[in-house]
Amino acid sequence: MTVILNQSFTGISIGAVLLLIALGLTLTFGQMGVINMAHGEFIMAGAYTTYVLQKSISGAGASLLVALPVAFLVAGAMGALLEWLLIRRLYTRPLDTLLVTWGVSLMLQQLARDIFGAPNVQTAAPDLLTGNISVGGITFANNRLFILGLALLCVLGLTLILRLTPLGRRIRAVVQNRDLAEVSGIATERVDRTTFFIGSGLAGVAGVALTLVGPIGPTMGTNYIVDAFLVVVVGGVAQLKGSVITAFALGVLQSVLEYSTTVSVAKVVVLVAIVAFLQWRPQGLYTLRTRSLA
Amino acid sequence: MTTTTPLPEKTVPDPAEPPPSLLDRFRVPGAFLLGAVLLLGVAPLALSDFRLNLLAKYLCYAIVAVGVSLAWGRGGLLVLGQGVFFGLGGYAMAMHLKLADAADTGQTLPDFMQLYGTGDTLPWWWQPFANPLFALAMTVLLPMAVAALVGFFVFRRRVKGAYFAILSQALAAALAIWLVGQQATTGGTNGLTDIQGFFGYDLNDPVNQKMVYFIIAAVLLLLMALARQLFVSRYGELLVAVRDSEERVRFLGYDPAGVKLVAYVVAAGMAGLAGALFVPAVGIISPALIGIVPSIGFVIGAAVGGRASLVGAVLGALAVAWAQSTLSDAFPAAWTYLQGLLFVLAVGFLPGGLASLAVVVRRRRTPRTTTTTAAPTGGTA
Repeated sequence: MTVILNQSFTGISIGAVLLLIALGLTLTFGQMGVINMAHGEFIMAGAYTTYVLQKSISGAGASLLVALPVAFLVAGAMGALLEWLLIRRLYTRPLDTLLVTWGVSLMLQQLARDIFGAPNVQTAAPDLLTGNISVGGITFANNRLFILGLALLCVLGLTLILRLTPLGRRIRAVVQNRDLAEVSGIATERVDRTTFFIGSGLAGVAGVALTLVGPIGPTMGTNYIVDAFLVVVVGGVAQLKGSVITAFALGVLQSVLEYSTTVSVAKVVVLVAIVAFLQWRPQGLYTLRTRSLA
Repeated sequence: MTTTTPLPEKTVPDPAEPPPSLLDRFRVPGAFLLGAVLLLGVAPLALSDFRLNLLAKYLCYAIVAVGVSLAWGRGGLLVLGQGVFFGLGGYAMAMHLKLADAADTGQTLPDFMQLYGTGDTLPWWWQPFANPLFALAMTVLLPMAVAALVGFFVFRRRVKGAYFAILSQALAAALAIWLVGQQATTGGTNGLTDIQGFFGYDLNDPVNQKMVYFIIAAVLLLLMALARQLFVSRYGELLVAVRDSEERVRFLGYDPAGVKLVAYVVAAGMAGLAGALFVPAVGIISPALIGIVPSIGFVIGAAVGGRASLVGAVLGALAVAWAQSTLSDAFPAAWTYLQGLLFVLAVGFLPGGLASLAVVVRRRRTPRTTTTTAAPTGGTA
């Protein structure tokens, strides 16, 4: 019994990481239809921000807390810049955004290599997050709990922004009907850029969280990017709850399979499961109903 | 996105234009002949053995590009997982060659299996590959079968655009991870290395290396001719129609899923053949050659050269492969920036690739907007 519980906690914590890295994509890919391959490099930017801040601020706990908003701003600014330079020219060619941003991600990886060196670096975790909590025979790693909390907080924040603020209303309007939003007086270009800023900023926050569970390196983004896209694809576009459910479901599935087989077999089985799932619901778990044919 | 993508204008032959001259009619066969002379005649004479071997390697990438041009350029299917098919073909060939090498030295197991000490029996799924005919057939049939299976499920449920691209990419990641995980039977991260013979010929002999080059060049020319025939056939027209307006094709009574499936399967077969030929030319196949990054690499060349133009895609693949190996050794950092920039500029600002440069320049000079060539879009999502 404890084995099962421990294993499901592992699954939930994998899911929390997946959710954090996919959350930004839910905005930029799910809502705007832009396939941003440089999203992984925005995660990397967030991780390196943590690394730099830790060098200048003493105390791992303090630097982590400062890193969260700073990484959000750094990655968000990079995203807004990318949107302004390239992506806004490509809204009618969604597939090409994938290739263009892949080029950008190559350059950003090399930039990281030139600035920080090719080998991975590591940050120290705050004391508070290094231990475990044991409840009834189940061990919770503190850093995993922190990531879980952070992921849920981000989901909550994003939901509140999208549901309650004027900005969120404008974002949803642009997503549902760009032309109608435009004639209603919404500055769609500015909304696009803001959406991209928030989505990329969330990647930065994910980067901060990832420093707690793994090394920081120029190629760290590529390791997560495909998984993150799969979460959004399975979850369905334009719906936060799809991503949340999918991330945790995939996390638990992955951890259960890893327990009974190997990591590599688990990856393959998860992929087969995703293709099978898309047979059942080709548009993903949840989808925004529109009257368009596509 | 709920916005509908504007349909590219159709190319309508201008009635005012004169009928094609004799020169125009022989343009395509002429260019093909010129390519054949360059590849089969001039290159082997002009290049050293080392450089010819490098060219053989690039030509393998060009073979993949022929398939990419078909599936992506004409069909609008962004195939980001060609590494899977390249790898399946490559591993099928390498498994046979490893077994043949082992048999030559009186062993029953390939060298790496003895090293990892997993027992004395060959895994069951290795055994049929001892047969050369089976292995050769598998280099093409295995990738096509996998593509047919994946494509059937994916296209039938109208998974398209970005979703298809991401799924195909995930497939490449999954295969690479699986190969690394099965170290005892697949060679793990190292892959299948140190291949000595090629159907009884010693690969260390420069004469035999030259033979391998000729085979690769001939296969490339053959597949280009085949692809060209497909492009000008009724099927080719249908494929472009599906790319530009899938719904309209469906309403006309065709089955877009079947049309896309054929392009995907043929492209997969070409990538498999390229992988199989890559093995004797380079002597190695490994997960690092087929994962996400190399899979996108297969698309880069075609994008830079011109995805919709067969010759553009092939030349682009050759040029990028050449630039990669010459520049990445000398200036690794500068090359990565250049590669990224090349990609951003080519795809972002010149979607037809370098092949469309002449058209773009000509259109700038003569401000006539009545007939516009349909710019290849990346397909509608």
